[in-house]
Amino acid sequence: MTMTKATITGTGMSTIGRNTGRPAMDHLLEAAQQAMTSAGLTRDDIDGICTYPGKADNSPGMSPLGTGEVRGALGLKTRWHSAVPDGPAQMAPIMVAAMAVMTGQARHVLCFRALTESSSQSAGRRASIAGAGKPQIGGWLSWLVPVGAMSASNWAGWMATRYFHEFGMTREHLGMVAIGQRQFALMNPAAVMQKPLSMADYLDARMISSPLGLFDCDVPIDGAAVVIVSAADAARDCARPPLRIEALGSALRSAETWDQRPDLTTMGAHDAAADLWARTDFKPADVDVLALYDGFSIFVPLWLEALGFCGHGEAKDFIAAGNIGPGGRFPTNTGGGQLSGGRLHGFGLLHEACQQLWGETGARQVANAKTAVCGMGGGFIAGAMLLNRD
Amino acid sequence: MRPLPELTPENTAFWTGGERGELMIACCDDCNAAIHPPQIVCPACLSRNVAARAMAGTGTVYTCTVNHQPWMPDMAVPFALAVVDVDGAPGVRVTAPVLTDDPESVGIGQRMQIRFEAAGDVWLPHWQPLGAGA
Ligand SMILES: [Zn+2]
Repeated sequence: MTMTKATITGTGMSTIGRNTGRPAMDHLLEAAQQAMTSAGLTRDDIDGICTYPGKADNSPGMSPLGTGEVRGALGLKTRWHSAVPDGPAQMAPIMVAAMAVMTGQARHVLCFRALTESSSQSAGRRASIAGAGKPQIGGWLSWLVPVGAMSASNWAGWMATRYFHEFGMTREHLGMVAIGQRQFALMNPAAVMQKPLSMADYLDARMISSPLGLFDCDVPIDGAAVVIVSAADAARDCARPPLRIEALGSALRSAETWDQRPDLTTMGAHDAAADLWARTDFKPADVDVLALYDGFSIFVPLWLEALGFCGHGEAKDFIAAGNIGPGGRFPTNTGGGQLSGGRLHGFGLLHEACQQLWGETGARQVANAKTAVCGMGGGFIAGAMLLNRD
Repeated sequence: MRPLPELTPENTAFWTGGERGELMIACCDDCNAAIHPPQIVCPACLSRNVAARAMAGTGTVYTCTVNHQPWMPDMAVPFALAVVDVDGAPGVRVTAPVLTDDPESVGIGQRMQIRFEAAGDVWLPHWQPLGAGA
């Protein structure tokens, strides 16, 4: 099987933080300049732009920038643009951009994600509660929010409760995920959480939605990340070795709901991941570094199982054996993830995976990392990607 | 303020059945599949003969969580949210808060009965442990 003809050539991330007081565009410009510099490109080379989900205010600070504003700010003259609110999770713009460069719509696509959830929250508007303040709500959220299941922590809590029940996982297992990622964060000056986290700290923290406590939930921040997707032939002249998009997976075989999937110890990730491996000769054992969506800690074991790093129900033992933390065979979310690094909706995780493959992550660098898998999304949305370099 | 569901032709039976105390679930009149969330076509056989039927109003907890965080200023915590397999509607779950003084006691496998509370022009479902209360 052959790889796709799409690559990643540059990444950038703004100086993220809590309540930065900086406008979203300020963060975006910082990330975009960094990404173009890392790729060895100028804005005149950027002929495509894509984002998830596009400008939206259904949840405060969740997506303050659309492609139009960013094109305007950077003075881009694009041949192709798109925003993807309805696609394979936060991976959607990367996937759509890959298809755009493979069909010749563009050569270098600037994919971005900007959030100001921290500032929005500080301004008195509760971030991450979709539909808050609206009199009526439709679609899949209408089966959750009106009955009081307002937060994704409730929906993830259901999955964790069921998983604990079926497979004997305990809070300590999820604590190992959070603590391992915190240990990575302490090696990443850009991560928002910089204090060590002990198991006692983890277990003593206040409950949010059982069995998930405070440290099972990712951290709202202000920030932006940019990933440049380039056609393989256009990537040859870039500053860094192109990261080949070996395979993409975005299958979804259950309905658009958080509570009706027949087996809630699996999620959309399982469909997308199976499709990813069906498109490549690579196997999980070939992977050096993992970037797995961790809006909530429980998503990490589910993604590990979805991607076949262990069997269904085996993630607790896989985690307890030290596989995913610092020094493990399958280091996961090496920048601290969203739990300790801050929530950039998957883009931060992908940024870190790319930096790992370029060997630019300092103290937390995984030796000779050549292949990375990235799984984004929780619940019924998911996208998976395999990256590889020479 | 907590948002209420937008009423549509598909979902009105579900959200207003509570006026009569009835848990209304869309079902296919051709293949008997239960369909939730409700839609105008049966995803199993593509029949358009879909209509809501009153269920017994009982079910079994598939999973649950106790919410401790007040997401809105008027939200009283903690409370349990149960995802319940509905009797008579295979594959359908109805998610609702649990009426109980002891949210931590709610667990997988527990039997529940439906109760409704009026809110605006809809009746919101709640689950009550079977045998508790009236
Ligand atoms: Zn049917």
